Amino acid sequence: MHKPLRLSGLEPVTVTPASNFVNIGERTNVTGSAKFLKLIKEDKFDEALEVALDQVRGGAQVIDVNMDEGMLDSQAAMVRFLNLMAAEPEIARVPVMIDSSKWEVIEAGLKCLQGKGIVNSISMKAGEEEFVRQAKLVRRYGAAVVVMAFDEQGQADTFERRISICKRAYDILVEKVKFPPQDIIFDPNIFPVATGIDEHKNYALDFFRAAKWIRENLPHAHVSGGVSNVSFSFRGNQKVREAMHAAFLYHAIQHGMDMGIVNPTMLEVYDEIDKELLERVEDVLLNRRDDSTERLLEFAETVKGSAKKKETDDSWRKGTVEERITHALVKGIIDFIDQDTEEARQKHAKPLDVIEGPLMDGMNVVGDLFGSGKMFLPQVVKSARVMKKAVAYLEPFLQEEKIKSGQVGKPAAKILLATVKGDVHDIGKNIVGVVLACNNYDVVDLGVMVPADKILEAARKEKVDIIGLSGLITPSLDEMVYVAKEMQREKFDLPLLIGGATTSRIHTAVKIDPVYDGPVVYVLDASRSVPVASELISETSRNNFKTKTKEEYQKLRHDHESRKELKNYISLTEARKNKAAIDWNEFIPVKPAFYGKKILLNYPLEELRQYIDWTPFFQTWMLAGRYPGILEDAVVGVEAKKLFDDAQKMLDQIIKDKALQANGVVAFYRANRTDQEDVKLFKDDAAEQPFATLHFLRQQNKKAQNLPNFSLADFIAPADSGKPDYIGMFAVTAGVGLEKLIEKYKAAHDDYSEIMAKALADRLAEAFAERLHERVRKEFWGYAKDENLANDQLIAEKYQGIRPAPGYPACPDHTEKRTIFEILEAEKEAGIKLTESCAMYPAAAVSGYYFSHSESKYFGLGKIEKDQVEEYAERKGMKVEEVERWLSPNLSYDI
Amino acid sequence: MNIEDILNERILVLDGAMGTMIQRYSLEEDDFRGERFLNHPHPLKGNNDLLSITRPDVIKEIHKKYLEAGADIIETNTFSSTSVAQADYHLEALAYELNYQSAKIAREVADEFTKANPSKPRFVAGALGPTNKTASISPQVNDPGYRAITFDQLVDAYYEQTKGLVEGGSDLLLVETIFDTLNAKAALFAIQKYFDDAGNVLPIMVSGTITDASGRTLSGQTTEAFMISMSHVPLLSIGLNCALGANQLRPYLQVMARESDTFVSAYPNAGLPNAFGHYDQTPEEMAVQIEEYLKEGLVNIVGGCCGTTPDHIKKIAEVAVRYKPRVTEVVYA
Repeated sequence: MHKPLRLSGLEPVTVTPASNFVNIGERTNVTGSAKFLKLIKEDKFDEALEVALDQVRGGAQVIDVNMDEGMLDSQAAMVRFLNLMAAEPEIARVPVMIDSSKWEVIEAGLKCLQGKGIVNSISMKAGEEEFVRQAKLVRRYGAAVVVMAFDEQGQADTFERRISICKRAYDILVEKVKFPPQDIIFDPNIFPVATGIDEHKNYALDFFRAAKWIRENLPHAHVSGGVSNVSFSFRGNQKVREAMHAAFLYHAIQHGMDMGIVNPTMLEVYDEIDKELLERVEDVLLNRRDDSTERLLEFAETVKGSAKKKETDDSWRKGTVEERITHALVKGIIDFIDQDTEEARQKHAKPLDVIEGPLMDGMNVVGDLFGSGKMFLPQVVKSARVMKKAVAYLEPFLQEEKIKSGQVGKPAAKILLATVKGDVHDIGKNIVGVVLACNNYDVVDLGVMVPADKILEAARKEKVDIIGLSGLITPSLDEMVYVAKEMQREKFDLPLLIGGATTSRIHTAVKIDPVYDGPVVYVLDASRSVPVASELISETSRNNFKTKTKEEYQKLRHDHESRKELKNYISLTEARKNKAAIDWNEFIPVKPAFYGKKILLNYPLEELRQYIDWTPFFQTWMLAGRYPGILEDAVVGVEAKKLFDDAQKMLDQIIKDKALQANGVVAFYRANRTDQEDVKLFKDDAAEQPFATLHFLRQQNKKAQNLPNFSLADFIAPADSGKPDYIGMFAVTAGVGLEKLIEKYKAAHDDYSEIMAKALADRLAEAFAERLHERVRKEFWGYAKDENLANDQLIAEKYQGIRPAPGYPACPDHTEKRTIFEILEAEKEAGIKLTESCAMYPAAAVSGYYFSHSESKYFGLGKIEKDQVEEYAERKGMKVEEVERWLSPNLSYDI
Repeated sequence: MNIEDILNERILVLDGAMGTMIQRYSLEEDDFRGERFLNHPHPLKGNNDLLSITRPDVIKEIHKKYLEAGADIIETNTFSSTSVAQADYHLEALAYELNYQSAKIAREVADEFTKANPSKPRFVAGALGPTNKTASISPQVNDPGYRAITFDQLVDAYYEQTKGLVEGGSDLLLVETIFDTLNAKAALFAIQKYFDDAGNVLPIMVSGTITDASGRTLSGQTTEAFMISMSHVPLLSIGLNCALGANQLRPYLQVMARESDTFVSAYPNAGLPNAFGHYDQTPEEMAVQIEEYLKEGLVNIVGGCCGTTPDHIKKIAEVAVRYKPRVTEVVYA
């Protein structure tokens, strides 16, 4: 007895042998339709519904809905679209095929269907247990199921693998899950043919044979597939593709395929296919001749551009493959790049020619537009993503080619990038890497915390042409000097590029350039990295450029020397006499609400996002301007808005998935300062002995009248005032989980999302610090309970008290972080570590002190004299040389 | 003898309306409140399901009258006993107890009758109503994508109801008056989940509602599409109830009788409501129309919905006994 597959929307659909072929609409699929993707991305669900309606009117008996796209919240988009479809009786008439590679999306979709739809798809990819679990749920939600010929070993691509996987899946479903066999639809994988690869020659034929075998051996089961896959090699040649689809369907249906995802507008009528074309197409499909691919390609050339029907949605798709690649690179469109790259590959003798030809041409356009300010960094990063994907696609062919020819093409110039030892910051370095990669440099990125020997070893092994160092914190400056010295010692002559927030032209000129004979160049930002690198690579300009830079830095050093002599400093004793004048008699101390630590784990990100200061975020992306004005900016406004929207989307997702965790520790102690710049900490009211000491520094430059020589210690009541005072300290991070989050972006070569995620983690950490400071003022310390400020006022620091951080201008000694971290036990309590250079890890972290006095303010320490360094070293119990190393940017003298 | 075997032999009779009967008692706010809900801050009059707790005597008496009239299956007084529907009265927390108590009362009365006449065993069907919210229709005209309730929320509510009904002693579960199929799918999902958890399976009846002459459910499905949407669960019976009188229901019942591989049920209203919202089809008139079903062999289970009384059921039972049940091709397994 025949058991039909019965489906329902508002009306029934029954698949019987008499119903011939069930046509599944494929246009409401973000992976297959750029137009539909655009509508969903732009939140134009009304127009997206029209796409569904068109399909039903065009004869689709089932509608496939797919929302699998990296930048979409696929689950939310699926639910919303299905709910909207349900409200349109003409669309809701037909059953729905819920199409996703993510089970959560499928399950969310199933909860929206009153009818009996189809799940597309499940497979044994993740093993039998998961397969059984999902199949049981599909049944419980009342749907039929597409089973992909996919198992633990991978996707089936031969006849034997296809049938053995389908048989195994069938037996499990029917016997173990009790799934009705008529509700099982097999997708035995339609792959592209005529790719030029021998192993692909039987793809179509094996599909036909597998379809026949399934229908004959697995009672009541059905066979389906995505037909347009078969013609991917002829992307752009509509006429050939339409013929291939028609011929493929004709044979597949003969062999028992009874459902399929087909775009009816890309289908020729079998009988109307040009006889010669049909013969060549069928030669390919049925693998009838050795030269069938060549013959079809040959014929394809003659019919190029004469397609009967054109797709109206993506007009740029009509261009030549070179034009399409350039367009995709400039616009950062990733959807078609594999197909276009494949097409280009077939046109060129060697896969490397594709990189050096159309891909580089496209990237040159990107580079020119970026260089002339017509494109902005976020766009360039998206371009790089497309480029990377294309190169990744070509990778196997490149390997193959290498083996075949035994030779390698002329390699692109190689640049090694590393964040130096002790430092964990890498957003800027990554951006430089992307921009260089966009300009055809082969970037070897060693990551963060890379010691000098690793850098030199990799430079030798990889035969790099340039080394680039990056760092954000001051100790990294020293480390860079050390790397340069090592390069000199080991007789390197490679150019050395210096970049990162803490670096400067003057430091490079004064400290790094003199220790290394090779070219040393300070690079202000990513946009400067390309011209500098190209000058250094080019045989003709290299020496000239080196001489010019060396001379320039020589002059800078000279100017620096002469300027220094003009500076006036006073002795530490003099400076102490001119400390900030605070009347401690009038001072009324406010005691914090508690002594000791308070730990804040998993702080709500939703709350923190309201405290984000967005201006630095745009700076990270090299877009100049203040938020929110930047969104309306005449030059960068459009890109800034896009970037901001992407950031919001990712932030939504991060919050939803709890992908990042924000942890913090805050503590308060009783404190009094000594008559030096030390602050003694007491555990509570009763404690007589201090348990720790904080060390601060004092300005020593000669001041104008009435201007004090500040030290942060000045803002704490002295012991001899007879009054108890208090100080707080904190460490927060929003970067727990970041590494896991960016793993998937790395795997997808998606620098844009990776940089975005890191920048957002940074912003959240800063926001956490801002929010925590607010709670400290109003609640935990409570010295400003009535404060009521808006976020822009918070950003402008219009509140009482400060939260300076060691390593920043008022207290530039990074090693004081160690005291803070020990007291807070920040690693144990909040998962924040200190590296040997006192960088915090995760990098998205902030720490510091809290001062509450109404006169406390931020200032820059400036340069200090040797007398203070020596005394400070003694107070801290460190060697003078060690203190000098940590404070090198603040010394008034040379060491 | 289990119910499947009996259904193969004869037509079973389901009871009639509960609400219509309760109206006859002219109960007031105090009756609904009883001692227990004296201080409940919201009005309770009209919460018929609550009477299983506050006036169990009334509910028992109604069950008894239907059993006396010849009903083989009585429905528990739980049409609105989900936390979702009870939210109208701010009695969400009472959901389990309502179901448990209602099942318990029905069980007691049914057992009395079975004991008195073991050759005619009586069954208790735990009734799961549609709730007052729809999972696939937006209540907001301007926002068709909006949903006032989710599938998951319904599953939770129905799970609780199922647990109460089964633990209170129901023989069957009846998902009824389905006007949004997605709600019913949630009920079936919850029931199966409960069966899994409890390690115990009861026969399930489902009954949809065709709202008007368009021949569709409120959520837009045709009879056949509705049946396909319910086909993933092994059912004792599928059928139609409410909204229409026996005559108007017949064409859709014919579709069901033709397409279904399980037993078929029907319990129409006592005709269409008159201008005052009352049903005035007499027992005799209704029985004549029902007899048409029986002549055509459309049904296995027959009863009454809105406006029907023990008198209607008595007449229907008298007719039903004279006919052979509809023959199902595939026997419920």
